[in-house]
Amino acid sequence: MDGTVAHLKRGQKAIIKEIADGALPIKLLELGCLPGNSVELVQVAPLNDPIYINVNGSHIAIRRAMAALIQVTLTEEAQTEQ
Amino acid sequence: MSKQINVALIGNPNTGKTSVFNQLTGLKQKVGNYPGITVEKKEGVCKLDRGVKAHILDLPGTYSLNTTSLDESVAVEILLNKKDKNHPDVAVVVCDVENLKRNLLLFTQIKDLRIPTILVINMADRMSRSGISLDIPLLEEKLDTKIALVSTRNATGIDRLKELIIGYQTLSANPNIDPSVIAPDYFKKLEETFPEQERYKLWLVITQDVNFMPIEKQLIKDRSSFATKSKSELKRLQQKETILRYQFINGLLKETYRVDRNAAKGFRAGLDKVFTHKIFGYLIFFLILLAIFQAIYGWSKYPQGIIEDFFAMASEWVKTTLPPGVFTELLAEGILSGIGGIVVFVPQIAFLFLFIALLEETGYMSRVVFLMDKLMRPFGLSGKSVVPLISGTACAIPAVMATRTIENWKERLITILVTPFTTCSARLPVYLIIVALVIPEGRFLGLSYQALTLMLLYLLGFGAAIVSAMLLNKVLKIKSRSFFVIEMPGYKAPLLKNVAYTVWEKTKSFVVGAGKIILAIAIILWFLGSNGFSDDFENAENIVRKRIATNGLSEFNALAMADSLAVYKKALKDSVQKKVYRIGDTAISDSLKLRTNELTRQATNQEIASYRLENSYMGHLGKVIAPVVRPLGYDWKIGIAVLTSFAAREVFVGTLATIYSVGSDEENTDTITQRMGAEIDPITKKPVFNLASGISLLLFYAFAMQCMSTLAVVKRETNSWKWPALQLVFMSVFAYLVALAAYQLLS
Repeated sequence: MDGTVAHLKRGQKAIIKEIADGALPIKLLELGCLPGNSVELVQVAPLNDPIYINVNGSHIAIRRAMAALIQVTLTEEAQTEQ
Repeated sequence: MSKQINVALIGNPNTGKTSVFNQLTGLKQKVGNYPGITVEKKEGVCKLDRGVKAHILDLPGTYSLNTTSLDESVAVEILLNKKDKNHPDVAVVVCDVENLKRNLLLFTQIKDLRIPTILVINMADRMSRSGISLDIPLLEEKLDTKIALVSTRNATGIDRLKELIIGYQTLSANPNIDPSVIAPDYFKKLEETFPEQERYKLWLVITQDVNFMPIEKQLIKDRSSFATKSKSELKRLQQKETILRYQFINGLLKETYRVDRNAAKGFRAGLDKVFTHKIFGYLIFFLILLAIFQAIYGWSKYPQGIIEDFFAMASEWVKTTLPPGVFTELLAEGILSGIGGIVVFVPQIAFLFLFIALLEETGYMSRVVFLMDKLMRPFGLSGKSVVPLISGTACAIPAVMATRTIENWKERLITILVTPFTTCSARLPVYLIIVALVIPEGRFLGLSYQALTLMLLYLLGFGAAIVSAMLLNKVLKIKSRSFFVIEMPGYKAPLLKNVAYTVWEKTKSFVVGAGKIILAIAIILWFLGSNGFSDDFENAENIVRKRIATNGLSEFNALAMADSLAVYKKALKDSVQKKVYRIGDTAISDSLKLRTNELTRQATNQEIASYRLENSYMGHLGKVIAPVVRPLGYDWKIGIAVLTSFAAREVFVGTLATIYSVGSDEENTDTITQRMGAEIDPITKKPVFNLASGISLLLFYAFAMQCMSTLAVVKRETNSWKWPALQLVFMSVFAYLVALAAYQLLS
């Protein structure tokens, strides 16, 4: 199943598919947000934004608008977990 | 002659870089700013073996050499510019063992600059708990470097690091990666155009969108044969470069780094669940804010009282010991009380930074940003602005210093500029006395009008801060990082040594850095208030004594004295009647005479002081500005008090006490309140402090920048006079207009 990081539910995991070209700050890539890496939604802030993700071992918080630019494929493991 | 090795410490944020710095330098460190900008510069000296010394520069934390903020540009500039006096002989890259993969990205970039580089793998004490094992020799070989495995918590590995620094000349300066594979043609052209330059350095100069090294940047632009690529193309190449580096790192970590995934994962997750919880998250943050507030508002009072008493005693001692004269007066009234006025803030600053250092060290601060981001976003502020804004309710000075934790310069500047609007504790004495004078007693929905007014004033302060933040967010054209990416570091027990360093360093920087300005202004204000050019000032004592001899004390003082004596007499008579004292009528009249003399002496001194102040430079200034403050409903006496309270708002009350020649007692403001209530405007024949002028004063003090210490701190924190000047003008003009409108509407 495909979607973006913004669609993930808490605890759900996915693999990063592609990143909208040039739309993301290079900093996010440096923190490990690269195609092929795994991403997990750890927490959602009380007002639903920002979100807290674990990407490739980096724990970072980003806003939903940015998360929506990261295309992912949900992994089986996460889907059965839910 | 010992030689000095230039060492640059560099690393990602949250890797314990500062701990390594503290371990290396101890207390031999200096914190300042890079010239012309607000980026903090930390440097220190480390004594190595064989009489060699190392100059350690702690560069701002950065994730890579791709800069997105001024702090990072500074780091990159120093690394690139060989002519910079801070350019390192050896770079020490600090990594966190738990985030080695990400941290190594920066390492490979620095290595590619051909700077001799040492790798510090920090937090070694966490390896066993996190189930990590490392093959250090193999890693050294693959990265072509030397590694020091360090635990700043247990103070291990620092000696090895020092040895590596001494032997830095044996380190390899060969690059790890050949970045030209991402665009072979492009890099080839680069090399042909600039044969004398290093490739990776050129690449950085081209891709970084900051104004460092203008000459070299211009050079690249000037070569017409060299076509600069479009921005998006460059960005794509940077993306490629990042992927290339991660491929290299993944490859080598596969062979050298093992982690048992099951070990200790629940700890962070469990804490995060509580700290970022919809209800508990806010509740915990609220409680922490409450504790901070209690500390700087409540606990600080005791050490502050001791400091005030100490300086009062010292001033008294100087006055009685040294021969009287201009110098003694300058020392006792100007310098000593000026220094006292600086040191008195130390407890508040120390308490606030104790809390902030703890929040930062434990990793909690990032959770605050996460929790508050959505709420603060509309105002152009971040979650980190909340701590300064709330602390500002106690005192703006530590609050402005607390903005150092905000990385984004625009957010930080906005927070600095709006924090003085929040109702600090120095406004309270002014508010209390005026509210008591002009707000009628009575209740509305069970709350007294006076309490409601106070509450409104607090809300007004917050409102002004928030609204001006919104405005500034629109108006300020400062290029800053527009995106929001915050690392959520793991939770750690705070290193008390680091906390202690932070508290010490902040306190010192306030006393030394901002103190100079505060002392200078304090001495100027003291000079203006205690010197004058007219004969009236010179002969104040004779004039007033003569006046009292012919006309008696002022009406208010005479009445107050009569009241006081009547009370005293009654008390005496009562106690004689109840046989507490067995004394005769002569003794009573003697005692009354003594009392009368003492009260007359006090009142005379007060009237002399009042006369002197009226005829001092400050008094003349007050009369000069009288027409300006007249439309606000103030007379020249209030004008003087407004001027002197530029030192600090609470001085308003003391100045009025002097001017009205009544005693000023901080504990008991009844007399001054009575005296203010009795002041009649000679023109209108109405009380000077009425509802209209009272509200006007309250609003003026709510908005005006009446605090030289805050200005000094803002100067220090923004590293320029521009922002404090702007703040002073904006706040004062705004306060004036609001007070004007209020008085004109109400009178």
